[in-house]
Amino acid sequence: MAKLLDMPKLSPTMEEGQIAAWHKKVGDAVEVDDLLAEVETDKATMEFRAFDRGTLLAILAPAGSVVKLGQGVAIVGAPGEDVSAVAAPAVHAAAPAATPAAAPAATPAAAPVATAPSPLPAATPGRVRASPYVRLLARERGLDLSRVTGTGPSGRIVARDLAAAPAPVVAAPAAGGRRVPLSMMRKAIARRLTESKQTVPHFYLKIDVDAGPLAALRAQLVADLAAAAPKGEEPEKLSVNDLILRAVALALARVPECNARFDGDSVTYFDSVDLSVAVAVADGLVTPVVRGADQKGVLAIAREVRSLAALARAKKLSPEQMSGGTFSVSNLGMYGVDEFAAVINPPEGAILAVGRVRDEPVVRDGLVVAGKRLAMTLSCDHRVIDGAVGAAFLAELRAVVEHPTRILLS
Amino acid sequence: MQMTTMRLREALRAAMVEEMERDPEVFLLGEEVGHYQGAYKVTEGMLARFGARRVIDTPIAESGFAGLAIGAAMVGMRPIVEFMTWNFSAVAFDQIINNAAKLRQMSGGQLKVPIVFRAPNGSARQVGSQHSHAMEHFYAHVPGLKCIAPATPADAYGMLKTAIRDDDPVLLFESETLYSLSGDVPDDPSFTVPFGVARVAREGKDVSLISYSRAVHTCLEAAEQLAKAGVDAEVIDLRSLRPLDEAALVAAVSKTHRAVVVHEGWPYGGVGAELVDRVQRLAFDQLDAPVLRVCFLDVPMPYNAALERLVIPQVDRVIEAVKSVTYAR
Repeated sequence: MAKLLDMPKLSPTMEEGQIAAWHKKVGDAVEVDDLLAEVETDKATMEFRAFDRGTLLAILAPAGSVVKLGQGVAIVGAPGEDVSAVAAPAVHAAAPAATPAAAPAATPAAAPVATAPSPLPAATPGRVRASPYVRLLARERGLDLSRVTGTGPSGRIVARDLAAAPAPVVAAPAAGGRRVPLSMMRKAIARRLTESKQTVPHFYLKIDVDAGPLAALRAQLVADLAAAAPKGEEPEKLSVNDLILRAVALALARVPECNARFDGDSVTYFDSVDLSVAVAVADGLVTPVVRGADQKGVLAIAREVRSLAALARAKKLSPEQMSGGTFSVSNLGMYGVDEFAAVINPPEGAILAVGRVRDEPVVRDGLVVAGKRLAMTLSCDHRVIDGAVGAAFLAELRAVVEHPTRILLS
Repeated sequence: MQMTTMRLREALRAAMVEEMERDPEVFLLGEEVGHYQGAYKVTEGMLARFGARRVIDTPIAESGFAGLAIGAAMVGMRPIVEFMTWNFSAVAFDQIINNAAKLRQMSGGQLKVPIVFRAPNGSARQVGSQHSHAMEHFYAHVPGLKCIAPATPADAYGMLKTAIRDDDPVLLFESETLYSLSGDVPDDPSFTVPFGVARVAREGKDVSLISYSRAVHTCLEAAEQLAKAGVDAEVIDLRSLRPLDEAALVAAVSKTHRAVVVHEGWPYGGVGAELVDRVQRLAFDQLDAPVLRVCFLDVPMPYNAALERLVIPQVDRVIEAVKSVTYAR
């Protein structure tokens, strides 16, 4: 009996997935655990592997289509098996079917952009055939190629066919500019941060600490790492942020009330400090998690952050590596930002926004001398953290950052 | 700039004469370059002007005189080797790829080989399969060699000067069919043309014809005919095959979204295959059609005139390829 394969849940928070690429084509034999497709989720590009063996009889969602969880994407069964009975519900569940590209009397449906593919008329190929340039134009203009009739070989959509293409669903900006459809990551950012700002009662606490000792310690450590590096090898890197992550972990261990999250009818306080670290990537940002940061030395944290950031930029983070944090740190110091306030990353109870180390005149022993300052802003979920608790955490953090050998000792 | 109209062979000669007058280390050697005035009269008058110490007639022994010249270059002279045609360089292949191309690297930079090899290349008119090779495909494969193939007298003049002044081996691919081509050449002994910079020989917006040497003129003629049919073809003259002007390829395809590569020589693994790789790799999103090549047909060159015409890229084959990439048929 042919079986309909649904869009699986490939990340804890995904609600829909975009088929990035199919690795099997119709007619291919499928073994259990074979890679069927890659799916772009809200977090990363994930592998979609087969649970059943058989033959891939149909692809219902060609590469590029966005499919809701549980909606059919392919059919697996015995070779030659009739798939109409299985295919029907998928078609039913889908948005209005696109007209097959080759049909002469194509009438574009008036519905929103069809994210679901055609049903299974025998003559319709499983994917839209279009030149790379056409795909570029379609991305830029927000065109739905499944509704364009291709006049090239085998129905390939070529540039001239776009002259007759239906207008994008949302008009391009009138005075220049360009319209970029949301990637899965942007959708996730839009949804989760809107939800956070609308439902989490934020309040903000700012401290401005003496960063002179921290900067001096880092300079010393960088020099020592360079001296300790084996000949011909790059010395290990250590950033201000790595030191701050460790300081945050120590402060949270002292004030565990800030290492917490709101669960509706309860608050969970965590034993382990699992730090979500905001990493900017090409199309947005992700927050890989450094687990047990209170139990790790600063070098171990530095290495882990660097490795996670590299994975993030390659879109190779697993959902596990991006979920389950207990507290977030976002640092825009490397972009020259003095200070800022961050949006809480639910369900975590707080996020620390770290600015740059500033050179500033400071008063020391009654004299104005050159000093270094660092501003940090804590955004708290008031349902979890009260002002006095947040202040206690920041006082601990200030104590560690201003006496940074504690970062190394503890 | 003041211009003088001259034939391509005269432009090559002017470049050599001026460089030999400028730099006493520059000298010329090859078969019939002296008393016979050059097999294609490129070196006419040079023996009388510079004498037999600097314009040297060699025996018919390409491997020997190519090796001798490479040795001279290693010790500081700047030889220009004229092969009677590039076909005959096959006998000196070992000297060129194993000595000229490698010594700078193998000596860790202690040696340099400032040498120019130049000769007519590709098909001519009914000279048979052994004398119609497009040898640039063999040599452009080799790191350590610079390969240039100009299509106009001005570029021949400016690029030969750059070649003579270059500290690495430079191979200049000429065409027997272009020696009598006339064109304006700057009246300025300091004029040179850098390597690795393509030239837009004709502006167009519908398709890019990417070419070099003799085939540039085939493309220009095809572009004229296409214009009458309403297709606005651009012609890119690469001039330099190694180094290659990748930016020009990307710019052209980003404008026209369709490309046809036209050159002499066989399709398998040639310069055109390299160009197609660069275009698809660097400008994939700009392509509206597969990049096509118009080359020699994949056979040894026939002697028969009618068959030879079929094998060499002609205007009609270029137009057919353009129709294909513009989906006009």
